[in-house]
Amino acid sequence: MSPMARTATVPAATDPAVIRNFCIIAHIDHGKSTLADRMLQLTGVVEQRAMKAQYLDRMDIERERGITIKSQAVRLPWELDGVSYALNMIDTPGHVDFTYEVSRSLAACEGAILLVDAAQGIEAQTLANLYLAMENNLTIIPVLNKIDLPAAQPEKYAAELANLIGGEPEDVLMVSGKTGVGVEALLDKIVRDLPAPVGDPTAPARAMIFDSVYDSYRGVVTYVRVVDGQLSPRERIQMMSTRATHELLEIGVSSPEPVPTKGLGVGEVGYLITGVKDVRQSKVGDTVTTLHKPATKSLGGYQDPKPMVFSGLYPLDGTDYPVLRDALEKFTLNDAALVYEPETSAALGFGFRVGFLGLLHLEITRERLEREYNLDLISTAPNVEYEVTLEDKKVLKVTNPSEYPVGKIAEVREPMVSATILAPTEFVGAIMELCQQRRGVMNGMDYLSEDRVEIRYRLPLAEIVFDFFDILKSRTRGYGSLDWKADGDQVSDLVKVDILLQGEQVDAFSAITHRDKAYAYGVMMTGKLRELIPRQQFEVPIQAAIGARIIARESIRAIRKDVLAKCYGGDITRKRKLLEKQKEGKKRMKMVGRVEVPQEAFIAALSSDESSKDKSKK
Amino acid sequence: MPSVLPLGDPAPADGILPAQAAVGADSRPFGLYAHIPFCAVRCGYCDFNTYTARELGGGASQDEYAATAVAEVRLAARVLADSGLPARPMSTVFFGGGTPTLLPARDLTTILRAAVEAWGLQEGAEVTTEANPDSVTRDSLQELADGGFTRVSFGMQSAVPHVLRVLDRTHRPERVPQAVAWAREAGLAVSVDLIYGTPGESMDDWETSVRTALSYEPDHISAYALIVEEGTKLAAQIRRGQVPAIDDDDHAAKYTLADGLFAAAGLHWYEVSNWARTPQDACRHNLAYWQGADWWGIGPGAHSHAGGVRWWNVKHPTAYAGRLQHGQSPAAGRETLDAPTREMERIMLQTRLAEGIRISSLGPAGRREVPLLIAQELIQPAAAFRDLLVLTLKGRLLADAVVRRLLPD
Ligand SMILES: Nc1nc2c(ncn2[C@@H]2O[C@H](COP(=O)(O)OP(=O)(O)OP(=O)(O)O)[C@@H](O)[C@H]2O)c(=O)[nH]1
Ligand SMILES: C[S@@+](CC[C@H](N)C(=O)[O-])C[C@H]1O[C@@H](n2cnc3c(N)ncnc32)[C@H](O)[C@@H]1O
Ligand code: SF4
Ligand SMILES: [Mg+2]
Repeated sequence: MSPMARTATVPAATDPAVIRNFCIIAHIDHGKSTLADRMLQLTGVVEQRAMKAQYLDRMDIERERGITIKSQAVRLPWELDGVSYALNMIDTPGHVDFTYEVSRSLAACEGAILLVDAAQGIEAQTLANLYLAMENNLTIIPVLNKIDLPAAQPEKYAAELANLIGGEPEDVLMVSGKTGVGVEALLDKIVRDLPAPVGDPTAPARAMIFDSVYDSYRGVVTYVRVVDGQLSPRERIQMMSTRATHELLEIGVSSPEPVPTKGLGVGEVGYLITGVKDVRQSKVGDTVTTLHKPATKSLGGYQDPKPMVFSGLYPLDGTDYPVLRDALEKFTLNDAALVYEPETSAALGFGFRVGFLGLLHLEITRERLEREYNLDLISTAPNVEYEVTLEDKKVLKVTNPSEYPVGKIAEVREPMVSATILAPTEFVGAIMELCQQRRGVMNGMDYLSEDRVEIRYRLPLAEIVFDFFDILKSRTRGYGSLDWKADGDQVSDLVKVDILLQGEQVDAFSAITHRDKAYAYGVMMTGKLRELIPRQQFEVPIQAAIGARIIARESIRAIRKDVLAKCYGGDITRKRKLLEKQKEGKKRMKMVGRVEVPQEAFIAALSSDESSKDKSKK
Repeated sequence: MPSVLPLGDPAPADGILPAQAAVGADSRPFGLYAHIPFCAVRCGYCDFNTYTARELGGGASQDEYAATAVAEVRLAARVLADSGLPARPMSTVFFGGGTPTLLPARDLTTILRAAVEAWGLQEGAEVTTEANPDSVTRDSLQELADGGFTRVSFGMQSAVPHVLRVLDRTHRPERVPQAVAWAREAGLAVSVDLIYGTPGESMDDWETSVRTALSYEPDHISAYALIVEEGTKLAAQIRRGQVPAIDDDDHAAKYTLADGLFAAAGLHWYEVSNWARTPQDACRHNLAYWQGADWWGIGPGAHSHAGGVRWWNVKHPTAYAGRLQHGQSPAAGRETLDAPTREMERIMLQTRLAEGIRISSLGPAGRREVPLLIAQELIQPAAAFRDLLVLTLKGRLLADAVVRRLLPD
């Protein structure tokens, strides 16, 4: 039994031999943040009365959705066999959109706890994150969580885990983040099994930036892991990639509130504050050294996350455009993964084309923009980035269908992913059928155990970012899980489908699709619009076209009656108020030629069929 | 008059009107509306402020109602005088409901007499009551005529039994010609109300109703597209799928059919839902609403208007009677319209009329629409050349859309 440490280690004066740096990695919802809660409690860094569930999920949106978006690092004191240790724990997100958060956290650690829900077993992000950890040469501690659940099958999944990473099923620890069972033993095991960090305390300082967060009070807070040497307050530090120098205003550790220290030494994890206002001046992956004794070799980079899906964001009320612009600028201070540039749409007015890591990232960003800046936004149908080569060899990157060139196209390349799907064997057929429909090419299949397979496909990104996961879930009765990563591009037979209202093209509804799917898109969109656009005083043809060729058509019949039958003395006030409301409503109409299209119709036509809110969670 | 009251400013206990009400009152006609909030049964489509109980108590029971209404007539005369409005004899009177004729004819004539005492009645004034065909007798109609009524408007609605059933109407179709004949005998002008587009009503059914109504040779017909009012039994039946939903295209076709048959029989439209044999047969009381006249509405939930001030009474008969017993105004709320809002109402109401609205009186945005409205066959070109905006048949069916286009931006 290991009590919380009686004497805490002192930052900047801690022997690397008593430091253990680890992160908790898992599939989404397997209980990382809840396990972290128990660690915060057991080590005494969070007082009992201040404790709340998923303590480290601090953003409103994390709490509401019950998911982790940002990694959080915390220094925890722990004592074993009379020795005080300093543990740096990093809780990571599980959702595939935020895999880049996991990989940057791994760079700060020697070990990882691979957490698996004992009622679910190994899932796709378990494998993806395990793979990342092994790539980083981390020592893995396999742990089964939620063993308090009646549906838990610890023996079965312990065998699966042991099978996956080597070792014996008995070596797999059993814990419950909910009840706390097994968590002390886990902390002890971390101290025993994970290697201590090694580094040269006398060498020039080198610290790896693994996170960089903008805070309106403190400016940019940079999270680092010191590899060599020492960082001290009031020193001038230098970013090795840009050679930019900054005054170190504050240095400290999170426990989990920020605590200023006399510095950080070899193997320690903590934060730096320099007064810079933009996370791009303090880039994740960069190496920090000191100006008076600069290192010559940086620690080796970490790549900027690459946006995968693009969507146009437009304020419903055109006068909100400057608010949206400022809001996006603030967001990028804190989110290096977010990129944007202004664009205009004939139908929607002024807005921005914004690049995201995935649909969840899009959804969360949009929701935060709306909430924190009191905006009403329309987001256009998400797109991937196409590379179009013209016959004159000019190459264009197209993220907005309305920028798709007309004619004279030599080839179009679309981004591909390699996807890993885990599911019970009985669903293999259904999954293969789905992937086939999505233009996938099978890369291989492995049995993880008798009743579980891993299926690998190469698929166009455009085929999986939208509804693929929802469909996979429903075809596997909830048991299938998916992970994917970018995997180059390929030449494809793609076309742009335009939607015309009364002969006028509506840019916001154009889409780039595979030629075989153009017809389905045209039928779907024209059908949807017929339902969504109110009848007008004249007939409105709705067409879908590839170039000049019409591939689908619908029509909205002219309205024949728009009059209230009765308007007597007692009806006048009510009728006038209705008229005032309709007049207001008219202001919310977008004119496409002479056709009045309610903004709600744009929103509804551009959103996917089912409300994606809670499904996008997984 | 739907029973949900609008939101407005609170009205003072003494009922005194804002100064605006008196401005220019001399040149405006004055009328009286009397609301009788009782019915034998509540029809499934009906949203009017009406009650089927005989005994509401506290001055609101059917027996006591006439006395309560007379109390408001007296209060009204006082309030108008105290608010600086000149005493004007009534040019029109309209008893509506509910079913006014559910009360004994004597009660209606008592209320009318009190009003005549209070304000006087113009020579040749129109005095109408609504009536359900099965709530009148030869004698009661004679008594109404003797007591000063000049006109009766029967709620016929349909001549087809299965349609009447969906509408929850209790009268037998044969009752209507009989009631019309009695009214004629008593010297009353006759109007009938029709409803079209009832779920389950075929085009033939509707044609039967129109032809039957015309066969009674009324002076006037009102024909209303059935409105599914929120909160009614009909709305619930449609929501649950027990009866089919109503359909605007069906309404348009039935309106067109009726308008043609009415015109062929010599009845001409003068408002979107109203047709009269001659201009003199138009309902002058209703025209007064659309032309911006002043009127006082007595009774629970009744609306009144004077010079751009609109007010309305408390809705429940018991609350209404209670106010009057304490000598207080029954007004619940009111609104004082500013000039742009009055202008909006003027366009909204006058556009519905066959007499039309002066194009030169519209704002620039409205005037700009005129050529397009002609091109779209929504207004009559010949009238437009005479500075009058008058709806075509197609335009009548899209009157609300036309109004929205005529309003200032
Ligand atoms: N019964 C039981 N439930 C648990 C346990 N641990 C976590 N949970 C529940 O599992 C759900 C997910 O827990 P989190 O801790 O938010 O999971 P996470 O892995 O951090 O999720 P992401 O950060 O979104 O990837 C929550 O409803 C927890 O209450 C456990 O040991 N037992
Ligand atoms: C005040 S009502 C009632 C008169 C009388 N109680 C009757 O029903 O015969 C006047 C007319 O409004 C019409 N009406 C009532 N409710 C309606 C509705 N929901 N839709 C269309 N017309 C309606 C009917 O034609 C009715 O005759
Ligand atoms: S009789 Fe007339 S007022 Fe009474 S409920 Fe029926 S429609 Fe309404
Ligand atoms: Mg979490």
